[in-house]
Amino acid sequence: MRSQSTNHLINYILHLADDSLILGHRNSEWCGHGPVLEQDIAITNISLDLIGQGRNFYQYAAKLTNESTPDPSFAATEDTLAYLRDIRQFKNCLLVEQPNGDWAQTILRQFLFSAYQFYLYQQLQNSNDETLAAIAEKSLKEVTYHLRWSSEWVIRLGDGTSESHQRMLNAIDELWVYTGELLIAASYELRAMSTQQGVDLTILKPKWEEKVKDIFVEATLPWPGERFQQIGGKEGKHSEHLGYILAELQYMQRAYPGCEW
Amino acid sequence: MITREIDKKTIYSYLEQVQDPEVPALNVIDMGIVRDVLLHDDGCLEIIITPTYSGCPAMDVISMNIRILLSTIGFKKIEITQVLSPPWTTDWMSEEGKRKLRNYGIAPPNPKQQVCSDKLFAPNEAVQCPHCDSWHTHRVSEFGSTPCKSLYVCDDCKEPFDYFKCH
Ligand SMILES: [Zn+2]
Repeated sequence: MRSQSTNHLINYILHLADDSLILGHRNSEWCGHGPVLEQDIAITNISLDLIGQGRNFYQYAAKLTNESTPDPSFAATEDTLAYLRDIRQFKNCLLVEQPNGDWAQTILRQFLFSAYQFYLYQQLQNSNDETLAAIAEKSLKEVTYHLRWSSEWVIRLGDGTSESHQRMLNAIDELWVYTGELLIAASYELRAMSTQQGVDLTILKPKWEEKVKDIFVEATLPWPGERFQQIGGKEGKHSEHLGYILAELQYMQRAYPGCEW
Repeated sequence: MITREIDKKTIYSYLEQVQDPEVPALNVIDMGIVRDVLLHDDGCLEIIITPTYSGCPAMDVISMNIRILLSTIGFKKIEITQVLSPPWTTDWMSEEGKRKLRNYGIAPPNPKQQVCSDKLFAPNEAVQCPHCDSWHTHRVSEFGSTPCKSLYVCDDCKEPFDYFKCH
């Protein structure tokens, strides 16, 4: 019987993994389609980092799953967790599954998420779970690059031409509704926080807001302030977009179970 | 025949034969990704490695190549463990490794600088051209052909080159 305390931790780790995997997958859709070669390479490098971080989390979630429910007929692996769970079992936030849109929308999505992930990993380094702390410490170095790169692009586009500015405004209108969820704790996040394995999102919120405000000011973009917020992704209630992502992501393993490169 | 007397130094010298598949000029010791070698009482040989970047696709190949090499030499029980903390840094690259990189045409990482900070629009690092030794170079892209590199161009000899960026 799996204990309640392991269960919440596994859910927490899957949530972190799913965020990274889904955003990594979204960004990878730019491969070969970037506006210029250097930025095509940049966004796909960021994909690689995110998918790598996701793998580290999935491997750990698989290990805990197997330890708590030793079922020899079905051992969890990073692959079964990424490829064989269904949409309602995915715990990523709604922001990361949103379509790429134009370059402005992709940039803004990356910036809003990287700012969140930067402070998240900063805190998670202090987790009393050694593996989570180690993954956070490793990933933070990469996310520092992502945050800097996406911040520069938000400023470049926001404070660029009237067209790039307008596109950033459109992107804000499209994505702002999904930002609240990043900092509203799901049940397993509250549990993980109370056991000091996870982070306290109320500490993250002012840091995230300050960072986004600073960059928006420099980018001459208005602070959107309080708006209606859509939530549910972290509890498995997703927008229609995730189904299409999983259809593509999971196709090979569903059609040819266990296939390898 | 392998005996228990075999020491760490010998294992390290074996591991020098395992190249990084993405930067074939370097072996895993030059890269600083082998963190420890443990000989357990039950005869198991454990190699502890650390990834350069979380998503580095070379890690799986490197683990496999280490395993193949050691079993060819005659080791029966081999364990390869990946650790993440403390995270790999270019400071762990050996001086020999930096020299090999340069000869291969890739500018080696500078000693630790401020590139890993979140400071915006920071000036490019001064990087020496591996072809003509000029310092008159500029960065084309922070991201390059692999996660560990960025792209530079030399303003003197006009050649593009990869810079193994500080991490
Ligand atoms: Zn030159």
